[in-house]
Amino acid sequence: MQELKARALELLKNGTVQRVLGWRIGENTYDPEPAFFDSEEAMKDFVYNNFCAANLSKYMIEACKLEGKTLVCLKPCDSYSFNQLLSEHRIDREKAYIIGVGCKGKLSIEKVSQAGVKGILSVTDTDPLQVTTLYGDTTVAYKDAMLSRCHVCKGKDHVVYDELIGESEDTVDADRFAEVAAIEAMSPEEKFAFFQAELSKCIRCNACRNVCPACSCRKCVFDSNKFDSTQKANVDSFEEKMFHIIRAFHVAGRCTDCGECSRVCPQGIPLHLFNRKFIKDINNLYGEYQAGADVEAKGPLTSFTTEDAEPSVVSQGGIR
Amino acid sequence: MQRIGVFVCHCGSNIAATVDVHKVVELARLEPGVVHAEDYQYMCSEAGQAKIGAAIKEHQLTGLVVCSCSPRMHEATFRKCAQKYGLNPYMVEIANIREHCSWIHKDMQEATEKAVILARAAIAKVNLNTPLQAGESRVTKRALVIGGGIAGIQTALDIADAGYEVDIVEKTPSIGGRMSQLDKTFPTLDCSACILTPKMVDAAGHEKIKIYTYSEVEKVSGFVGDFTVDIRKKARSVDADKCTGCGVCQEKCPSKKTLSEFNRGLGTRSAIYTPFAQAIPNVPVIDRDACIKFKTGKCGVCEKVCQAGAINYAQQDEIITEKYGAIVVATGFDTIKLDKYDEYAYSQSKDVITSLELERVMNAAGPTKGHLERLSDGKAPKEIVFIQCVGSRCSDDRGKPYCSKICCMYTAKHAMLIRDKYPDVNVTVFYIDVRTPGKNFDEFYRRAVEEYGVNYIKGQVGKVAPQPDGSLLVQGVDLLDNKQIKMKADMVVLATAIEPNQGVRNIATMLTASIDTNNFLTEAHPKLRPVESPTAGVFLSGVCQGPKDIPETVSQAGAAAVKVIGLLAKDKLTTNPCTAKADELLCNGCSNCAKVCPYGAITYETCLVNDHGIREERRIAKVNNALCQGCGACTVTCPSGAMDLQGFSNKQLLAEVDAICR
Repeated sequence: MQELKARALELLKNGTVQRVLGWRIGENTYDPEPAFFDSEEAMKDFVYNNFCAANLSKYMIEACKLEGKTLVCLKPCDSYSFNQLLSEHRIDREKAYIIGVGCKGKLSIEKVSQAGVKGILSVTDTDPLQVTTLYGDTTVAYKDAMLSRCHVCKGKDHVVYDELIGESEDTVDADRFAEVAAIEAMSPEEKFAFFQAELSKCIRCNACRNVCPACSCRKCVFDSNKFDSTQKANVDSFEEKMFHIIRAFHVAGRCTDCGECSRVCPQGIPLHLFNRKFIKDINNLYGEYQAGADVEAKGPLTSFTTEDAEPSVVSQGGIR
Repeated sequence: MQRIGVFVCHCGSNIAATVDVHKVVELARLEPGVVHAEDYQYMCSEAGQAKIGAAIKEHQLTGLVVCSCSPRMHEATFRKCAQKYGLNPYMVEIANIREHCSWIHKDMQEATEKAVILARAAIAKVNLNTPLQAGESRVTKRALVIGGGIAGIQTALDIADAGYEVDIVEKTPSIGGRMSQLDKTFPTLDCSACILTPKMVDAAGHEKIKIYTYSEVEKVSGFVGDFTVDIRKKARSVDADKCTGCGVCQEKCPSKKTLSEFNRGLGTRSAIYTPFAQAIPNVPVIDRDACIKFKTGKCGVCEKVCQAGAINYAQQDEIITEKYGAIVVATGFDTIKLDKYDEYAYSQSKDVITSLELERVMNAAGPTKGHLERLSDGKAPKEIVFIQCVGSRCSDDRGKPYCSKICCMYTAKHAMLIRDKYPDVNVTVFYIDVRTPGKNFDEFYRRAVEEYGVNYIKGQVGKVAPQPDGSLLVQGVDLLDNKQIKMKADMVVLATAIEPNQGVRNIATMLTASIDTNNFLTEAHPKLRPVESPTAGVFLSGVCQGPKDIPETVSQAGAAAVKVIGLLAKDKLTTNPCTAKADELLCNGCSNCAKVCPYGAITYETCLVNDHGIREERRIAKVNNALCQGCGACTVTCPSGAMDLQGFSNKQLLAEVDAICR
């Protein structure tokens, strides 16, 4: 962290960059938040610890409109989102100075609670986590406190960067598509019941949309009065399905599976499942594809090749 | 608010017998915007159109809904009618209450209910319609024919005879195609080359026809009347202007072991070659993979012996860019690969051959000089078995589900020719059905059976097993006698299924022409527009559209030519005003629309945008209306809904859906 902070400060001071996009220390170790730093003074609050899970790539859309370069700290998985935005011309590579930061899997305070720890007062980001609670001290194994997305990590390599600081570690210990496969195995009634139960929890806070790097439209269709989807009152408790399904379609083929939607959902809805189902189907029908891996790649849903599966094949469940 | 008139057609009894047209009128009147509704026996008739005209005047209508047949049938009629009486033609919507309703329903109450719903949807749409103006585009008076077989040659000749320029692009070194490989043709048994080569010569000598052989279409852009095509002229390594076609280079070429494509791999050819003696143009090409000069740098014999100095090892591929008003696909067919049919021992025995290979064996210019012999040992066969439907009419995924159409006839031809020339040879044909529709076709087949004593057995062959003595054991079944058959044969000939030529998918993609699951190009209408592709300006000729024999191919080639001539005869085409348009305030500039646009109609520009007081430079999508065909791919790809299709806006479509679901 100190090396990263020192380097960021150096680049800020020598004028290479006008500002730094990183994380600001929160009240506790576990709640750092994304922030811009434009002076040495501001940089005092800069932090990078194992709780810095937020994907900063989307903030670059606004940063690119500003004068001068912005230093942005990207974890390996964030670099995919950055590339995807680059391929959609939403950000300008020339205006970014990317420090690829090391990642050992990011921690989540919710996971600590889910591990059975109550009354948390403070927590470290070490392995194992040292937790001080109202009821005394305890420890939680690092892996048990890790975000679900890190168990199916895309890899420890950055796909785009100017320089690298810090080591990354392999954290994969689960099958990326196991959750999707489990839902696919359900009967239609079970599937409906599952999604109804999950999506009915939605309070339409829009956190998933606002954090999503693929949901970067200048004007979201849900906010535009050009469409009849604006500010629509719920007529049943499952009305929000439309919002989430439309959102999943809008990001299909562009979603890098960064997992921010599920991370920020205050209701704990596993929103990434929709996107991951699309990714699984795309892989099956059009060959392995990772959005953001290659800026020049034509997305599988936005290109046509003679090897593409025919619609009739898709409807049969996608036998190539 | 629109003032909408609703006109419900009886279509004689076509609609009125199943739909209560009066009820439709009555309920349509209650819809928002509707100021007039009436029904009539034949709306498309002159009297019907006059009624529409009178109503437009009397009620100052701004929009029309005609509840009638499919818009494919009469949309144009009613648009013209609206225009005649002073309305913008795009203020007309058709509710299809015939094909979509009366024809498919029996119950009047249900049909009426559906007709009302369809009318309601159309009314909801017209409420949001805006007048659109059609533009004009020019027609380049030149046609492109892809493929130089009999289909392509005939199409080109017919177009050229009408006075228009035609270019033929053929990927092999010579025109002539599949027909040039055939020996005799059914049912008249005239020599294939004798009737084909004069046409090849005509095409080559025609002042309006330009032939690009050893060339392939590489890129197609544009649209009906104004296509731009890149043609890759592959390097022949021989200067066509200097070559006299003397053939010395082929004689002297030391590399002679390459399998001859023309002889289906049954013979060999030299590295510098013309595929066959009557090739047009009579200019050889150097097969650079086989040529010693290209492989090792040492040789150059052809260059030394060429008196004309035509050999040019340094020749490069050339890209020719040309404009065309119409494109005809005539890419033909090939036989399927037999690797999934190992029970017939095709890969194990040289004496198991396909029918097309037999054509070469029977041909005087073929690998055996026309002498019928076993390819394994050169002995004269005494017993020949023909197996029909190898890969055709196949219910599993090894072969093709369709009938290849030509096999029954050519097998009868082969059987007859063999019996005629070699009366001591026994010929047995295993068949599922013998299909002989066509002029003089059944007579021909019966002659094979009755006069030439060909032994036809209804049944399939299960296995062909090569025996140690060199013969083939054929195990089959006689369904009529209900018994197993085991017989020895010296040769087995497989009536192999035909499929569209490889590369047709690629060409279809470039042309945005649709193909079916078997890779045959789809026609615009299977009965009424059989030689047109659904893509405007693209026409179909020959087997690329479906299996057919030579007479059928030639007639279809002529039909395609007529359609092309009809198009090229026009000076201007009216363009479709239903094109896409980007809302610059919503556009993200993400390029996804440009990526999916099959017509290359979308480009991006950086513009200064005033977004509710925020002035900034943005990357915005721009649609070229002349190129846009209104397919709508961009509108569904655009994540922010910035792209919309004029005449089919998202709002209009959703209004229709809402009206249906009300």
